[in-house]
Amino acid sequence: MSILDVKNIKKSFDQLAVLKDISFSVNEGEVVAIIGPSGSGKSTLLRCITQLERADEGEITLCGLEMCKSVNSKSVYSSHEVLHKIQLSCGLVFQNFHLFPHYSVLKNVMDAQIHVLKQSKPKAKQIALDFLDKMGLSDKADAYPCQLSGGQQQRVSIARALALNPKILFFDEPTSALDPELTGEILKVIKELAKENMTMVIVTHEMSFARDVADKVIFMDDGYIVEEGDPREVINNPKSERTKQFLKRFSGEE
Amino acid sequence: MEISTQIGILLNSSVLSIQLFFLTLLFSLPLGLVIAIGRMSKYKIISIPVKIYQVIMRGTPLLLQLIFVYYIMNSILKDYGIIIQRFPAAVIAFVLNYAAYFSEIYRGGIESMPQGQYEAAKTLGYTRSQTFVRIIFPQVIKRILPPMCNEFMTLVKDTSLAQVIAVSEIFYNANSIASTTYTFTPIFIAGVIYLLMNFIVQRCFDFAEKKLNYYR
Ligand SMILES: Nc1ncnc2c1ncn2[C@@H]1O[C@H](COP(=O)(O)OP(=O)(O)OP(=O)(O)O)[C@@H](O)[C@H]1O
Ligand SMILES: [Mg+2]
Repeated sequence: MSILDVKNIKKSFDQLAVLKDISFSVNEGEVVAIIGPSGSGKSTLLRCITQLERADEGEITLCGLEMCKSVNSKSVYSSHEVLHKIQLSCGLVFQNFHLFPHYSVLKNVMDAQIHVLKQSKPKAKQIALDFLDKMGLSDKADAYPCQLSGGQQQRVSIARALALNPKILFFDEPTSALDPELTGEILKVIKELAKENMTMVIVTHEMSFARDVADKVIFMDDGYIVEEGDPREVINNPKSERTKQFLKRFSGEE
Repeated sequence: MEISTQIGILLNSSVLSIQLFFLTLLFSLPLGLVIAIGRMSKYKIISIPVKIYQVIMRGTPLLLQLIFVYYIMNSILKDYGIIIQRFPAAVIAFVLNYAAYFSEIYRGGIESMPQGQYEAAKTLGYTRSQTFVRIIFPQVIKRILPPMCNEFMTLVKDTSLAQVIAVSEIFYNANSIASTTYTFTPIFIAGVIYLLMNFIVQRCFDFAEKKLNYYR
């Protein structure tokens, strides 16, 4: 069953058309990797789906709730209440973590549960500690973000997103701000989540990771989806010339 | 006049200076935040009047504003049977003036916050006001402590301007003792009292900065 449907999304910044006509869907439990050259619009696409930007045209449906629909080739957004509900059903993990520096690790993971979901404090704490434990960070609960390594910070931010029990989790280059040796620990966490059938959409430059973990790979270029399909097919035997060119740059790395 | 008597009079009058200091902060700190938010409004009908207010308050001497509030406002309000006493007039002038300065400090702090904090809060479902109260403002406080310390210290010294409308604060008394005794000692004593007050202000800010040093 599809949990995310994106239809004919277009988005421009002033004169610059960034998303030109994007359609795809994600099924429940599926892991989708989005790859593509810098500036192709991958982040903008995630930001439209997670409501950090508004699409100009097209339709987005998440968990059966309509975020926006096209009327006279313009996106019309749903009411504030519906948008908030959709917001709660999806989580986003940023490239630069964006933890709240003035809160301890525990509070980073607890605070939204208490003030957004209106969860009771003991329950929120229990959930937070469980997720921190799962991320291998039980001993860091009382630390502050500035005392953690990049990889640890990113795991906190994943715990923070998971604590709100999202139906779908988006990652925008979750390892790009990390040293190569820290990248592995984040990829491992994402693999774990994939095993538990968490629905995820991951923008990444880690080709071998995309191939191993994703159920589907989407290759984006210049505001379009150029190719999509089985990761081994797309990455090992790309059909389009653009995809081949793009992947050639990565082939040396493996 | 004995020096100890002079010190006694000046210390007594410092109570009024300290009251002026705290009352000014009590009202101008929140008012400054409201003004800062108005200044950042995307609606010109709000942001432009606020900007004009800031230009007037920061562009004219506080001395003049004190005179304006006390003499001119009183002469206007007299017809309606309203009289503003000296001390409340001083508080009003100080609040209006300092709120304008504080607002710019707040704005600087708020605008220096990275966009990522807002975005993370939004994706976690915080409302706009929750984001401001829980995520943004606490961090702004840490960032604006140094300029705020400056402003607080200036305020301590500026309370002496209230003498222009004959508020019986430290400097008003120091001046009058000096002119009756033909000595400068009361002026020096007043200086020491201001220095002492600012020493305390500085220590408080040092303490606050240390307290907030637990995160970068
Ligand atoms: N807020 C914005 N205002 C103006 N232009 C923007 C904005 N955000 C993105 N762009 C432009 O949109 C284009 C696509 O940006 P986007 O960040 O989506 O690319 P990307 O595929 O994520 O690239 P990368 O791999 O480098 O992260 C770029 O040309 C970028 O300059
Ligand atoms: Mg990007």
